[in-house]
Amino acid sequence: MSDKHAKHQSKYTVDRMIPGAFDGETVTRRRFMTGTVHTAGAISAGAFALPAIAFALGPIFKAPPHRWETVGTIDMFTDTNYTPVVLTTTPGIGEVGKTTVYVRKFNPEIDTDAYDRGTPYIAISNRCAHLGCPVRWVDAAERFICPCHGGVYDLLGKRVGGPPVRPLDRFYSRVVGEDVQLGPRFSVNSELRRFSPRDPGEPLDGLGQYLYPSRPDARI
Amino acid sequence: MPKLPKLPAPPLPSALKERPPRPGENGAADPIEAAQEAGITVVDWIDERTSLSGAARWMMFRKVPKGTNWFYTLGSATMFAFLSQAVTGVFLAMYYRPDPTGGAYESIRYVTNDVFLGEFVRGMHKWGSSVMVILVFLHMGRTFFFGAYKYPRELNWVIGVVLLILTMVMSFTGYLLPFDQRAYWATIVGVNINGTGPLIGPYLSDFLRGGPEFGATTLSRFYAIHMLLVPGLIAAMIGAHLYLVAKLGTTAPPWTKAQKPAELRKAEV
Repeated sequence: MSDKHAKHQSKYTVDRMIPGAFDGETVTRRRFMTGTVHTAGAISAGAFALPAIAFALGPIFKAPPHRWETVGTIDMFTDTNYTPVVLTTTPGIGEVGKTTVYVRKFNPEIDTDAYDRGTPYIAISNRCAHLGCPVRWVDAAERFICPCHGGVYDLLGKRVGGPPVRPLDRFYSRVVGEDVQLGPRFSVNSELRRFSPRDPGEPLDGLGQYLYPSRPDARI
Repeated sequence: MPKLPKLPAPPLPSALKERPPRPGENGAADPIEAAQEAGITVVDWIDERTSLSGAARWMMFRKVPKGTNWFYTLGSATMFAFLSQAVTGVFLAMYYRPDPTGGAYESIRYVTNDVFLGEFVRGMHKWGSSVMVILVFLHMGRTFFFGAYKYPRELNWVIGVVLLILTMVMSFTGYLLPFDQRAYWATIVGVNINGTGPLIGPYLSDFLRGGPEFGATTLSRFYAIHMLLVPGLIAAMIGAHLYLVAKLGTTAPPWTKAQKPAELRKAEV
């Protein structure tokens, strides 16, 4: 019996010059082995690399639970001036997880913006909307003033000067019995429209709300 | 007498075969000579098994252009600044505790005030980081103003820029570790500067903090990046950088005139 390849030539095997291949065989054993070894290598590399990467990236997608914390009683706060309180934003890490919040009772004559209606307390975060330094309320000037780069905000937390890109962030508030409780933080644009919390330095007016989307771990 | 054909040797078990002499076996030196040549013997032993001497000669005995001057030492100076940071950093890590509830600050206070030479080693690491950044920029300036980034050295410039960024990452992550007021607020500001990049900025700052707020794992994250991830990358990149320097050679200073070979100069006169 002569070489069967001589009679009917395979359009694959002859073209590919694979010696000793069966008719219709398109992959040599060497190529197959090379591919197998590469695949096995990729699988074993992925087996340790992918969990490690997921481990490092995991916290970005995990939302911490919303917390409500009692910060005082209703007779502590007036509707004309701010009272600073300390709020724990991240429990379990001591002083680092705390932040200062300026709280004032809702005043229909001052808080005229439509988005504020129905809010029992105005709770303003002391994180500057420029780069996150702590602002303080200056009574004499009736302004929030940032020590780092000179951001200035008015009584409502709206920017009146300096580099900040949006008003100061706020916290949800509620009254339970005699206690005033503060909840999750939210960000506002220059009309005090509410957004999921953003980091400082991220504008929310115009295109900003699309260029700086809310992240899955901080969505309310 | 006719010459008899040589018969093939009978098959012997290998234990009975004559063993060829091994190198250096013939002249059995007396102990004093052996002691004198111990160093050479050790180097020979390694070189015979690795052929490393060729690589060492390739790396160390290179031709350098006329006009090479002190500015050409800035790269080595940067590398030694990195080595100094690596060594002092290893020893600081023996005392440091990345604990945000107070342990981190306390361990740094302990190193600075109580450990023998602790203030000195920490000072070397702290001031050495500034020295390294300054040297990186001087080295970069030398490369730029001498035109040493041009063909065929573009890739080395790119690797150098990666090294510059990694050095900045080291400075940024290391700044948090003392965990005092300045470290904390500088990191808050620095992470928020990262966040101002459109679209990916918010995710980048979440990755750095390990969550939406400065949290329980932020400090250990920065510590791991500072002492494990980035130093390894820097060491690997320095290796690639040095390989290309040895492979491509260094450039002459731009003020050096091109010199014709001696025979051509003679012909012109």
